[in-house]
Amino acid sequence: MKSKVSYTRLMKSEALYGYIFIAPNLILYAIFFIFPALMTFVLSFTSFDLFSPPSFVGTAQYVRLFNDPLFHKALLNTLYFALARTTLTIVIAFWLALLLNRKLFGRALFRTMHFLPYVSLLSAVALVWTWLFATDGLINTVLGKIGIKGPMWLTSKIWAMPAIIVMSTWKDLGYSILIFLAGFQTIPSELYEAAMVDGANWFQRVRNITLPLSTPAIFFAVVTTLIGTLQDFDQFYFMTKGGPAYATTTLSYYIYEVGFKWFKMGYACAASVILFLLVFLFTLIQWYARRRWVFEG
Amino acid sequence: MGVRGLARAEVPEARGMRSRKRGSLMTQLRRKKGDLIAWIILCVSSIIMFFPFFWMIVTSLKPDNEVFLLRLPSKIVLDNYVKPFVELPFGRFFINTFYIALICTIGEIFLCSLSGYAFARLRFPGRDVLFLVFLATMMIPIQVRLIPLYRIMQFLGWIDTHYALIFPFLTFYTAWGTFLARTFVTTIPRDLDDAAKIDGCSIWGIYFHVILPQMKPVLITIGIFVFVHIYSEFLWPMLVINSVELKTVSLGLSMMQSRVYAETPWNRLMAAAAVSLMPMVFIFLIGQRYYVQGVVTTGLKG
Repeated sequence: MKSKVSYTRLMKSEALYGYIFIAPNLILYAIFFIFPALMTFVLSFTSFDLFSPPSFVGTAQYVRLFNDPLFHKALLNTLYFALARTTLTIVIAFWLALLLNRKLFGRALFRTMHFLPYVSLLSAVALVWTWLFATDGLINTVLGKIGIKGPMWLTSKIWAMPAIIVMSTWKDLGYSILIFLAGFQTIPSELYEAAMVDGANWFQRVRNITLPLSTPAIFFAVVTTLIGTLQDFDQFYFMTKGGPAYATTTLSYYIYEVGFKWFKMGYACAASVILFLLVFLFTLIQWYARRRWVFEG
Repeated sequence: MGVRGLARAEVPEARGMRSRKRGSLMTQLRRKKGDLIAWIILCVSSIIMFFPFFWMIVTSLKPDNEVFLLRLPSKIVLDNYVKPFVELPFGRFFINTFYIALICTIGEIFLCSLSGYAFARLRFPGRDVLFLVFLATMMIPIQVRLIPLYRIMQFLGWIDTHYALIFPFLTFYTAWGTFLARTFVTTIPRDLDDAAKIDGCSIWGIYFHVILPQMKPVLITIGIFVFVHIYSEFLWPMLVINSVELKTVSLGLSMMQSRVYAETPWNRLMAAAAVSLMPMVFIFLIGQRYYVQGVVTTGLKG
């Protein structure tokens, strides 16, 4: 009987400690993370600015959103940026990771070089690339030397987005390389040995062993890169400010522009909900796929 | 979920080497040729990857009248590195960024280790539901929380104070850190807790004397990640900080960029950019192993 009582007491104190231990974390998280996220949904059904209280307008903001050509443009830009950047990143990173996986002289230095952009300050390197892409900047001067008249990259409606895609791919390449390198280590070396006995060349080994067995890693890198591209903001702010003529205004930039420059905050909340849905969709795909392809990493 | 296993995965070459010893002379020669091609490609791509940094440094050393010329500086002007600290309070920006990032890093380590332990080891009603809340909300991006968070800061009167940075930042990477810490604690053998319990250790004692020392690697990973990310945070500080003396490094860089391209002091801006990169590169170089673990384990992106 006595032991039973002390056991209950222990359980009670364990539960109490449990709540005490998570309390500071949970309280801060509830106030500064969950509450704002929920409020975005609520406020997307209202109209307000910095100085006036919200007034309920129903789904009017969403209706406006779907008729707003600028919002359509932002969505298309986001899609363009996300798809182009993800494809470029994954393809380049996969081949580089294959090479970086070989035991070569100076491999540690090679790896550091490829990873350096990823660990550098985004705002600083965005400025460096603004400088490189300037109309009379280094890139155009070099192009001019070989007889190509370079475009006015960041002030051109056509070329501003590709310029930012190049910069962003350069910046985040190291991340995907790292995921792939970790993925390659899970492939049993016996497979390669058997393939080499059978006389398979390097491309055949990559195509028939490395590529299929890296699908979980590739999928993981694709989804995280996609989610990342939806949230990119800094490079747009530093390199083009969303211009010229909204050519580089993505959904993230549009939310900032509408909310904090035009102060249409209810409207910006509705756009945020759309952004959330996109991120949510990709996350769902990832969680669902994780059950089938478990990527240990 | 092998947080520890990754340390092993980081030294992969051992496997490939074994098989390379075997094989005929032909395969070895072919291998050598392949290695040479790979080596050349990697040299080229490394140069491309490093080139923007090289050009940043070259520009940062140029005198004003040579900035727009495509060549190495005729004389090296180190004054460009001094100007940002004199004409703008870049020293102040660094102090601000460092102390905010440090407070948040220590805070996050404390919060995540406590709740990671609680979620992994202690039994209490609602535990799994609460953990699920952390997990499910992890991917909500800042843009989605931006406007209400701004209104909360207005309501608290924290706009243009460092509170507006510190408190929200304490929640930016919490879910991720809690998840990582919990996963790690589940890999610590329970025998250790039980032994301490038999010795009469309280739950707090077990956390402090048994679990916390064991958690060191994962806490370093969390710490490095939180520090680096808060150091580079731009959008949120830009919205809530107006006063120059309260600004962070990223905001300082943005102050130097003029709307008119030709009026931007590119040589001094590149110098400031180079200096602002250094803490992050330094942290990466000394904490590479932990940093890499943080990236690979989670897929949280900067």
